[in-house]
Amino acid sequence: MWTRSFAALSLLAVIAGRPQAGAPTAIPATDDAIVHALNRLTFGPRPGDVARVKAMGLQNWIDQQLSPARIDNATLTARLARLETLSLDSATIQHDYSGPAMVERRQRKLENTNTEPPDPVMRPPSRPEAASARSRRSSLGLVRAEADTRGGPPSDVQRKDRQVIADIEEAKLLRAVYSERQLEEVLVDFWFNHFNVFAGKGATRNYLNEYEREAIRPNVLGNFRDMLEATAKSPAMLFYLDNWENVSADSPSPRGAERRAPRAGASPTRAGGPSPASPEGARPKRGINENFARELMELHTLGVDGGYTQADIVNVARALTGWTIRPREGSGTLFVQRLHDDEEKTVLGHTIKAGGGQNDIEQVLDVLAAHPSTARHIATRLAARFVSDNPPTALVDRAAARFTATRGDLREVVRTIVTSPEFFSPDAYRAKVKTPLDFVTSALRATGAEVRSAVPLARELREMGMPLYFCQPPTGYNDTASTWVSAGGLVSRMNFAVALSKNQLRGVHVANPSADLETTIGSPAFQRQ
Amino acid sequence: MTSRRVFLKSGAMAMVTMGFAPSFLARTAAATGTRKKLLITVFQRGAVDGLNMVVPYGEADYYRARPSIAIARPGAADGAIDLNGFFGLHPRMSSFKPLWDRGDLAIVHASGSHDTTRSHFDAQDYMESATPGVKSTSDGWLNRYLQAKDDERNPLRAVALTQQMPRTLQGVAPALAMGNTADFAVADISARTSFEEIYQAAQDKSLHGTAGEAFDAMRTLAKSTSGRYQPANGAVYPRSPFGQALQEIARLAKSDVGLEIAFAESTQWDHHVNQGAGSGQMANRLDDFSRGIAALAQDLGERMADTVILTMSEFGRAVAENGSRGTDHGHGNAMFVIGGGVKGREVYGTWPGLKADQRFEGRDLAVTTDFRDVFSEVVMKHLGAGAPTAAKVFPGYQVKASAFRGILDM
Repeated sequence: MWTRSFAALSLLAVIAGRPQAGAPTAIPATDDAIVHALNRLTFGPRPGDVARVKAMGLQNWIDQQLSPARIDNATLTARLARLETLSLDSATIQHDYSGPAMVERRQRKLENTNTEPPDPVMRPPSRPEAASARSRRSSLGLVRAEADTRGGPPSDVQRKDRQVIADIEEAKLLRAVYSERQLEEVLVDFWFNHFNVFAGKGATRNYLNEYEREAIRPNVLGNFRDMLEATAKSPAMLFYLDNWENVSADSPSPRGAERRAPRAGASPTRAGGPSPASPEGARPKRGINENFARELMELHTLGVDGGYTQADIVNVARALTGWTIRPREGSGTLFVQRLHDDEEKTVLGHTIKAGGGQNDIEQVLDVLAAHPSTARHIATRLAARFVSDNPPTALVDRAAARFTATRGDLREVVRTIVTSPEFFSPDAYRAKVKTPLDFVTSALRATGAEVRSAVPLARELREMGMPLYFCQPPTGYNDTASTWVSAGGLVSRMNFAVALSKNQLRGVHVANPSADLETTIGSPAFQRQ
Repeated sequence: MTSRRVFLKSGAMAMVTMGFAPSFLARTAAATGTRKKLLITVFQRGAVDGLNMVVPYGEADYYRARPSIAIARPGAADGAIDLNGFFGLHPRMSSFKPLWDRGDLAIVHASGSHDTTRSHFDAQDYMESATPGVKSTSDGWLNRYLQAKDDERNPLRAVALTQQMPRTLQGVAPALAMGNTADFAVADISARTSFEEIYQAAQDKSLHGTAGEAFDAMRTLAKSTSGRYQPANGAVYPRSPFGQALQEIARLAKSDVGLEIAFAESTQWDHHVNQGAGSGQMANRLDDFSRGIAALAQDLGERMADTVILTMSEFGRAVAENGSRGTDHGHGNAMFVIGGGVKGREVYGTWPGLKADQRFEGRDLAVTTDFRDVFSEVVMKHLGAGAPTAAKVFPGYQVKASAFRGILDM
């Protein structure tokens, strides 16, 4: 019923928009349209791509990209094979990689307390104690990895630890450059960013691989509710947005096992020993932590104007109590009933009955995923990614309606957007400015570069202000032009263009670069997609 | 080696006790008006807990609400640094104390936005656009100031030491965002020339404009900032991204490239878990923050007579600690105003109190000073903007001298 009226509507829109043509489809067959589709649905066209898409037909190519499992990807698989940590589970990473490095770092810190003058931020002279150093490290996770390099060559243990992040960065870049399933990779990037977690926050890094591999990747063209649940229950998210510490105010044993678990220092643990003097202070009480509940509604589902209140935030936080992890062990997600607030809650007008236990989270996610604000928020974000920074309202309306009608079938929502007349309107061509990631990967694809090591590329991205997996705020990276058009950013891009075309990036090779390659990559036109 | 450690420990305090306070105490310099005014804004992203930064230790409810993360009273171990018998600084902000004692540091407490959002993104957006509740404002308030006083098209007039252009400086007036001055150049001369030609020829207005500013700035910087930078007056910046950004600001300010507005950000203030008290996560961030700013003031020396450093954060945090010894998102917060023309040694604003019925929505420090009262006082008194300019900088807001808190000399 709905589908039929939608089809009629979109046909009307096409006819109204192009009165000269009785075109049966919204997809034009011009080279410009193909270039545009390649710009937006991939990390940039490679030489020959336009001809290839033309030969198979743009519609067919889009259909194929929307069903990535059918596309052969053996070359990429072979390239990823040497990345040994990529397929490991979090417990192994914690046990064999991060854990030992942490122990060694702590050892070194204790040994060095009275010798080497430290970086003042990493270790102010007046605060040498280990507990303080530990919490400082976790609050400055990003600085940590770099700081390790200052005190001489890294040990084997440290090298192994760093391999975890190096591998996942490398995998991301290799996939962006070499995957034949380009739309899938674009969407993995989009959804990871939507459900952002920050590798610099303590134990999050141990869970990163698993998070992208199991919570994000399988769901990007699947169902939104599934992805929402997978991320909400993922150890990476539970740690990053603190829900693992979100417990009922009535929980027993304020120093219970779950709370003590992260003492290894993989996390922001209790700072500096006993509590400060607080004469009037009652005994510290456990209780709810709103962080995840708020971002779940503001960022992941309803959107900031989605119609929730502070009371909804508190009630969602209560419903999420008891979902925790043991970061020290790299554990999977646990539900601990005795940490759960099992009283009745009201969320967005829905009653969650008392005694729901671990079913509370399902009810919350059901309510959020089915809410019209969520449909609109997701539709808006996808349309902004694929069409323009301020996407046309009519398109957002249709994509949101499709979201609702299909109960969050993301393949259909994406299809609606990328086959729409708005997507193929010449106004949308080159309307977006590339993010640093888009810029770097599109340059590599355009030049047919051979990437033997992605380390220098990851470094370039850090310098351009877009370090992979190290976006600290839960908003993720903004992908609008106003964010990325800056003088410093353009200078970095020009320097990258020079380095790439002169083969000055170690581990990256361009065969027979043409004389005008650097001006092409550094040109204004190439900054747009 | 030893001397460096001693210096790190004592920092700015040594300047005072050793008897050579920076000459920006000589306020007469400000009156000459020959040199350009400089405004340095610092954004504490993530919503700093203002109640642990500027501690209302005189209020019993503060301690009742924070059994494990309260900052102890002055005199106790890791206790607050007393300011006026009611408020104290966090113990790790000792580098601010000399500024306070000299009267160069003012605090505005319980300040913020009357918009009730507790979304980081929205609140930052509102503060940077200076239009709370209005998302459609296309530019930032500092850019509107540049637009309104568009007497020169100097690309180095407004510089953010950040990779991305902050919302505050976005808009049609020229402004630069750069990670640092040293890397801000296309090293290959022939490539630079070609790039400049193609950007000049480009139809792309936004990229054309930005690139034009970049090339102009590159030329100026090449002339003015060569070699290694040596901070003056013994200033030692933290070797953190924030410390380095502030050092770059000092370098630009002193190289006379026409810097008028500078922006830096200090990040990672969102402490929902194990915030710590006298030590811990937040203490370490405050240490970096305050030592960085104190070093900047020391380094700028007598130029501080013409300088205001203004700090801000999107909102404060709940009065009561949460269930994880951290704080959830709240409302009112504290701002610092530092400079030679500042009437310092005072905590400005109306203190609303922390009793449950005095709090905003029963939970947060209430806002009693609109942040735009502070911004507009700085724009008018420090930058010397007239009322018509101020009206353009703060659309939808009645700028009036009677709302100023009196933080700055006229």
